[in-house]
Order: sequence, then C-alpha cells, then structure tokens
Amino acid sequence: MAPAVRLHEAVALAGRFPLLAGASLEVAEGEVVHLRGPNGAGKTSVLKVLAGLLEVHSGEATALGRDLVADRRAVRREVGMLGHQSFLYEDLTVEENLRFAIRATKGALAGIGPALEQLGFTGRLASIPLGRCSAGQQRRASLAVLVARGARLWLLDEPHAGLDQEGRDLLDGLLAGSRAAGRTVLFASHEHERAEAIADRVVHLAGGRVVEPAEPVAAPLQVAQQIGQRPGTEAPAHVA
Amino acid sequence: MSRAQFSPPADRAGFALRLLGATALVGVAATVWLGLFVTPPDRFMGNLVRLLYVHPPMAWVAFLAYGVAGLASLLYLWPRTTAPHFDRLAGASAEVGVVFTGLTLVSGSIWGRPTWGAWWVWDPLLTTTALLFVLYLGYLALRRVPGDFHVRARRSAIAALIAFVDVPIVYFSVDWWRSLHQAPTITAGRTYVHGSMAWTLLLGFVSFTLVYIWLMAHRYRLAKLNEFEDAEGLEVALAERRAEAVTG
Amino acid sequence: MLRDAVLVAGKDLRIEIRSRVTLNQVGPFALAVLLLFGLALGPDRQVLAPASAGLFWIAVLLSTVLAVQRSYAVESADAARDGLRLSGLDPAGIFLGKAGAVAVQLIVLEAGLTIGVALLYGARLSGALVLAAACAAGTLGLAAVGTLYGVVASGLRTRETLLPLLFLPVVAPVLLAATKAWDAALAGTPGRADGWLDVLVVFAVLYIAIGIVAFGPLLEDE
Repeated sequence: MAPAVRLHEAVALAGRFPLLAGASLEVAEGEVVHLRGPNGAGKTSVLKVLAGLLEVHSGEATALGRDLVADRRAVRREVGMLGHQSFLYEDLTVEENLRFAIRATKGALAGIGPALEQLGFTGRLASIPLGRCSAGQQRRASLAVLVARGARLWLLDEPHAGLDQEGRDLLDGLLAGSRAAGRTVLFASHEHERAEAIADRVVHLAGGRVVEPAEPVAAPLQVAQQIGQRPGTEAPAHVA
Repeated sequence: MSRAQFSPPADRAGFALRLLGATALVGVAATVWLGLFVTPPDRFMGNLVRLLYVHPPMAWVAFLAYGVAGLASLLYLWPRTTAPHFDRLAGASAEVGVVFTGLTLVSGSIWGRPTWGAWWVWDPLLTTTALLFVLYLGYLALRRVPGDFHVRARRSAIAALIAFVDVPIVYFSVDWWRSLHQAPTITAGRTYVHGSMAWTLLLGFVSFTLVYIWLMAHRYRLAKLNEFEDAEGLEVALAERRAEAVTG
Repeated sequence: MLRDAVLVAGKDLRIEIRSRVTLNQVGPFALAVLLLFGLALGPDRQVLAPASAGLFWIAVLLSTVLAVQRSYAVESADAARDGLRLSGLDPAGIFLGKAGAVAVQLIVLEAGLTIGVALLYGARLSGALVLAAACAAGTLGLAAVGTLYGVVASGLRTRETLLPLLFLPVVAPVLLAATKAWDAALAGTPGRADGWLDVLVVFAVLYIAIGIVAFGPLLEDE
C-alpha cells in the first residue's frame, strides 16, 4: 500500500537558508508520528512542505498520493494544518469560522455540528466572536476546523501548546482515534511524555534532516547512547 | 522546475564591451562638443536649443529601458521558462532607466525655465516621465526585498507588468487633460532642424543608446556574479546545516 | 471562482460589520483629510469649491490604501497568506472577493465624503448620475489595483511603506479621469464627462482582468 507521506532527500529553502537539507521519511496511512528535534531542526518545515506551503527545491515529496514537487496546491484541500498561529478570524464566531472553512473546501456543512460537539463548543460558546474566547478555546476551534473538514492528513505544529487540560485530553482522544478514522497524523511537539504515549513512532530531526531511521519509540536514554555510538560524532550526545 | 546552473562569468569585461564603452564615450563627448560649440543657435530658441541634442535622447533611453524591462518581465513569465536572464535584464534595465528618467526630468526642467518661466510644466510627456520615475522607484524598492531568486523575480515581473500597462493610460489621460487647457507643450513651437543640427541630434540618439547598452551589459554581468555567489553560498549553507545534526 | 469570490467578500464584509474598523477609523481619516485640505487651501470657498473634485478623489485614494491594508490585516496577521492558501479557495475568487469587499466599503465612504465635500467646500452636487458612475468605475479600478499590490506587500516586512509607493502612482489615471468627470458634473456640464468615464471603465476592466490572472502566482510567493 502506498505510503500516505513520502519524502526522499527533500531540500526546502528560505532564500539562501536550507530549512530542509535532504530529509527522507515515510509514513503509512493511519499512523500517528511524532516529530522530535531541537528548535530550528526543521520540524515545522516538514509540516509545511507536506501541506504544500513550502516549495521543494530538490528531492521527492508526496502526500496522499500527490506529487508535491509537481503541484503543491492540489493537496491543500485534503490536508489539515494546525500552525503556531490560528488561521481563523477573530471577529467571527466559532461557528461562522467553521462554516467559512468548510464552504471554502466545498465540504459537507453537516460535519460542523458534530465537530463543535466533539470539541466542547456547546450552547452559547459557539456564538461568541473568536477574539473573545480564551487562547485554549481558540486552539480548540482550530481543531474543530480540522475535524469538520475531514482531512485525511493532519499536520500539527505544537498542538498541545495553549490548550487547557480538558483540551489536551480531547486532542489525545482525537489522535488516538486516528487509525480508526483512517487519518494519518504528523505532529511536532516538545511534550515528549504525552507525545510518546499516543504516537505510533518517533522521528528525529536535526539540521534539516531525519537523523536516524524512523523506529519504534525508544527510551530517551537509548536514543542518546545510539547517537553517541555513531562514528564521527562527539560525546556527550544531547537528547534531541 | 529546474534551477538554472550558474557558470561564473568572466571577471573582467571582454574586449568588445570595452570597445563599446569607448565608442559610447566618444559619441557623447562629440555630441556635447558639437552641441555646445559647432552648431548654430536657433532662430527662436537661441542657445537653448542645445539642450535638444541631449534631452530627447535621454528621454528616448528612459522609455527604451522601460520597454525592455517590461518585455523582459513578460518573457520571464510567459513561456514559463522562468529563465533567470530575463529577470536580470529587467532589473538592470530598470536601474539604468531610472537614472535616465531622472536626467530627462532635470533637462526638461532646465529647458522649461527660460522658455515658459517655470521649473515645471504639466506637459504630457514630462508628466508621464515623472510618473515613470516614481514607478521605477517602486519597482526597484520591490526588487530590493530579500528572498529566494525565483520568488523575487516572479513578484517583480508581475509588478513590472502592472506598472507597464499603466504608462500608456497615463500618457493618454494626461495628453487629453492638457489638450483641454491649451497650455504650452514641449512639442509646440517645433523648430526646424537641419544641417549640422540634424546630424548632432542623430549622433546624440545613437551615443546615448550606446551608453545604455554599455551600462546594461555591466549591470547584467554584476547581477550574474551576484547570483553565482549566492548559488555557491547555498552549497556551503547546505553543508553547514547538515553539520548541525552531528554536532548539535 | 465566483462562488469563492462571494464567500470571501461575504466573510470580509461580515468582519467589517462586526468590527466596524473601516467605519470607525478609515471614515474619520477621510474626513480629516478633507478638513486638512480645507485648512491648507481655504477658507475662501471660491478656491475650495472648484477644487472639490480633486480633493475628494485624493481623499478616496488615500483611504483606499488604508482599506486595503485593513483587508489584509484581518487575515490572521503574519500567517495571512498561509491561511488563504490553505483554505482551498480559488485564488482568482479570493482576489475578486477581497477587491469586492474593499470596493463596497469605499463606496460607503464616498457617500459620506460627497456630503462632506458639499458641506465643507460648498460644492454644488449636480449631475448625480455622472458622479455615481465615476464613483462606481473609479472605485472598482482602485480596489483591483489595491488588492493586487496588497497581496504583494502583505508578505513583506516593509509592507506599510511599500504599498502606498506601489499603489498611488499606478492609479494616477484614475485620479485624473475621475476628477475630470466630477468637474464636468459639478460644473453642470455632465456631457463632457463621457470620455473620462470611458477611461475609468477601461482601467477597471483591465486591472480586474490582470488581477484574476496574477493574484494566484503572487499569493504563492513565500
């Protein structure tokens, strides 16, 4: 079965600076993958490439069967992205935001109700302008958009950040139910314990590349020892 | 989309280019000498006519540069080749063009002062030239914004075409505006150009065009050198980035 | 494309109705411009009244810059273009929608400015049909060029200063033609405005067409 996501020696640039310097990655459908790495390692860039936002300078990149090098616009309707900033409008209510987002992707408006319920936007809460909601609620609204759009590939950048406890549990529940829902998820997070509890596997990024073959989750200490043992590296190894 | 592979251009200008520069210089010098000393003063305009050998050629170059920049921008976008030389051409032409546009405005203003007693008249051609000047400046400001080569090139090319299309509209509008007011224009009171004056004028046009081409060639080379430096820098940057993974 | 345009225009206008920024900020700004012109050129109405048309349209041009900047500011600040690109909307539709919303806001503004010009400068409002036609055609042209340059500037750090520099010279013909059309109407000779109205229509059609084609590529540039 074709992988949901495939990168091979992908290079992506911002002006002269290589955000990705030859990243290779494969994710099967329904997997939940945790992207780990220090700041500036390229986690956000991987997500943006897969969302079709960032151009691939060289190498291969496909998402949901679509070639991102040839045409990166086509994939955007089928992908759901959660960035550092919300892509929602402050002056519109949660419901209006959802309605706009769904109609933009020509999706089914019927999905709005269930999405609002699932993310805890019941009653009056759905009718408040987004700007007046708390940061946690705004984040949850972005998640509601993802759910309502029914995207098959979720790209989440620090999804836990800004969420309250209830929100985090909701998110974890959503991620856990991904495989059943036929959804592939890649997320970047610094909250390692939580992430490793829900992720199927971990991918480490550093210097714009995937620095070790994606393997089942290893304990942090083992990872550090592996890095330290690789020839040409200096000790002490950092834990990514 | 493939990236153009940059090969380093020669570091020193070739012989042909230097010959061109020398010729242009001689031509301009000759024009000035002839214009100032050899040709007779005009019956009506007196010595002011000597500006005629310089001002129209400069205006011609200003608009030629504008045309070249527009055409190059179009060619960069249209057959979808996104060939870098068209972008370099457009940028170089704009830079040379803005200089000549400025000179045209100054010389036109100098001509206007004794003729109509004002440093500026809203003549259609002069006004269009003034607007062209500002459009150039806007375009150059946009080009100066840092970014990926092809991103910047495409953005500049589209902006150039937006402005390019506007200039005829401006000229037409201002011309009509002026015709309603029957005010003096630079083309009114045309003087009869003959003999040595005609030759000097022709020489002026030719030599300024040569200057344009010479400046363009150098600016183009400079752009190519800059890009080559950038491309090399990319290799270095890639290596450094990968090294991050090892040393953390 | 048109469906997306209506969707985007509706969204922008709904945001404006909610937040009333154009009404509360750009409106007073335009009024202030009229007042300042009055201070600079007045108080003699013999001087101001004939200049009404030009001053009106300069106020409109400056307000367009603000309206366009606001139009892009609502798109979640720095992530503006990302949001629009991810939305899955047709870029030409986004262009028409945004330009349309800006145009609607400007027309409302112009209504207010017309009253202002009549009051402050003593302009006699005759030839209403020509006044309205010039407003309609001129505004469409302004909105189109503004939205186009707006997307160019929106991704750049120097956007606040770059937008006016790019926009204002290009719309000089609109200023000229619209002012002349208004002059003809205000002077009681609306027939003389015909040619100028043609210029406005040509300009608007031209730049709407350019916008439909060019907006997508401009939006993509990171």
